[in-house]
Amino acid sequence: MGKTLFEKVWDAHAVRQLANGQTQLLIGTHLIHEVTSPQAFAMLRDLGLKVKFPRRTFATVDHIVPTDKFEEPYADPLADAMIKELRKNCAQFGVTFFDRSTGRQGIVHIIGPELGITQPGTTIACGDSHTSTHGAFGAIAFGIGTTQVRDVLATQTMAIGKLKVRRINVDGHLRPGVYAKDVILHIIRKLGVNGGTGFAYEYGGEVFDRFSMEERMTVCNMSIEGGARVGYVNPDQKTFDFLNGRPYSPKGADWNKAVERWKSFASDRDATYDDVVRFKAEDIEPTVTWGINPGQAVFVSENIPTLAEVPESDKAITQEALEHMKFEPGSPIKGKKIDVAFLGSCTNGRLSDFQEAAKFLQGHKVAPGVKAIAVPGSQVVAILCHDLGIDKIFQEAGFEWRDAGCSMCLAMNPDKLVGDQLCASSSNRNFKGRQGSVTGRTLLMSPVMVVAAAVTGKVADPREVFHS
Amino acid sequence: MSLSKITQITGRAVAVPGDDIDTDRIIPARYMKCVTFDGLGEFMFYDVRFEENGKPRAHPLNDEKYKGATILISGNNFGCGSSREHAPQAIYRYGFRAVIAEGFAEIFFGNSTTLGMPCVTVSKADRQALQALVEKDPKTELGIDLEKKSIRAGGKTFPCEIRESALHGLTTGHWDPIAELLESGKEVDAVAARLPYMAG
Repeated sequence: MGKTLFEKVWDAHAVRQLANGQTQLLIGTHLIHEVTSPQAFAMLRDLGLKVKFPRRTFATVDHIVPTDKFEEPYADPLADAMIKELRKNCAQFGVTFFDRSTGRQGIVHIIGPELGITQPGTTIACGDSHTSTHGAFGAIAFGIGTTQVRDVLATQTMAIGKLKVRRINVDGHLRPGVYAKDVILHIIRKLGVNGGTGFAYEYGGEVFDRFSMEERMTVCNMSIEGGARVGYVNPDQKTFDFLNGRPYSPKGADWNKAVERWKSFASDRDATYDDVVRFKAEDIEPTVTWGINPGQAVFVSENIPTLAEVPESDKAITQEALEHMKFEPGSPIKGKKIDVAFLGSCTNGRLSDFQEAAKFLQGHKVAPGVKAIAVPGSQVVAILCHDLGIDKIFQEAGFEWRDAGCSMCLAMNPDKLVGDQLCASSSNRNFKGRQGSVTGRTLLMSPVMVVAAAVTGKVADPREVFHS
Repeated sequence: MSLSKITQITGRAVAVPGDDIDTDRIIPARYMKCVTFDGLGEFMFYDVRFEENGKPRAHPLNDEKYKGATILISGNNFGCGSSREHAPQAIYRYGFRAVIAEGFAEIFFGNSTTLGMPCVTVSKADRQALQALVEKDPKTELGIDLEKKSIRAGGKTFPCEIRESALHGLTTGHWDPIAELLESGKEVDAVAARLPYMAG
């Protein structure tokens, strides 16, 4: 009987069964950042332990960095202390640190792939729930807590129970104006924010076959918003082409051997799954969230639900969301006036996101009264955008063009909403307070819908804004 | 490294009602700018407990009646979102020793177990009944018995569930896996040696 990629990677990395029934799993690649690692290094010191495989551990700084100021010290002494702590820990334990001075700094889930550190058939862990992003390459990538960061630093392994695998097929052709972000928001809307608990999501079908690596990353990134800790796509020629020639990719004769090995990890045709779910691409329209979790989403042409329309089990959370968002039940999402437009994050802060958005933005201006910021996900993305003149398109349209970082996705740096501002955001979470103001309101959408909102000053269907 | 065996958690409880309570809600990101977990308890559910000007809101967590509660009760998909261990750390450091909910997000569940803070699941009806008992009389003592998978409260017994691996770790005093993981350094090296990328 055939095996899934998940099972093959699991089997190749399983060290032994632990007394509690979990598996001790080797983690080949450990990515760390400034927020969830300092306590882990402190635990390591307390226990008198070293980093077992420092050459398989890579660090960057993303959550706390100001995106409008490069020089240190930062205005926020706590943020300043965190970057210095990471620098100290990496130096002491011999870990490679892609600091801001290296030109390779950026959001951890963007730099892993762009440096070729993220590879098929590998296990990856990072103290960040969006680690699922790396699954786009056919890696099994886990978001972990800080005590597990300690475990991986000290032993290069962690204790974990095996997940079930749900195959999610999206077949057919996406309509124009429908993007990877719409696909994952649709999947979460349909399967629920906790529908994936206990599962790894394997994404496949014609739409994923055609998707670029960056589009696959956008979908895998938000697996955790559907409750699935792991999401992946089987590696194919696109995966190998993306990785070829990157700084940490195998070179020369090793490259060909690596590709052959990587191919062998793809799920077998006769693999069995614990569950299979199918979607038709044609059914998906540009999607936007209206509530306080990523599953509370509608097509941009639809109305915000009324309490009467939702199942009994969703009534309380719907009520809570309507109150927080200050939206009239049953009113259209389209036309809601926005205050802020944010383009960036580990979900949609890659070159293709800015490229696609710039195609539509060119020749338009940000609507008066809208604060619009564009934040490349990495220094490499920033350079590529600059070389292609994309930064200029954004700036001429009235966007602020920033340095690489997590920025307004999560309010750990100076980029924050104020009061009850409504933000059109290409990020991944619309939780209450997520973007830095307790009363702030977030609408998750694709980058192209963000620029449509920026130029019209309201939630808009990009197909109407840019094709009329 | 053998730790204390956690089999029973007894104490008063307080409910934070609602489904899908995310870890941003449990510990807002601005309080994660720290290099230790010390002091995080103070900021647990900060924006749920306090208005922006620092004035306490009317919330069970601010109600004197529930002061000293060591068991937290909540709805479905508790702890969803970010993997931040700061969330269970804040709950633990605030003084809670167990969480009862209709369901838990996976990373939160694992992080809590590793701290020695059991997360047990009950049905919606039982969660409502437990919450009602506590709200009617905040002095109600709850007794979670992990081995029996039950919760005693108000003269009644409610069934609860907990994942077997967590149950085993907690009840045998091996909820922090580091010692066991460190035992097998040679086996780890052998697995790594079979993986070409580990040499890179």
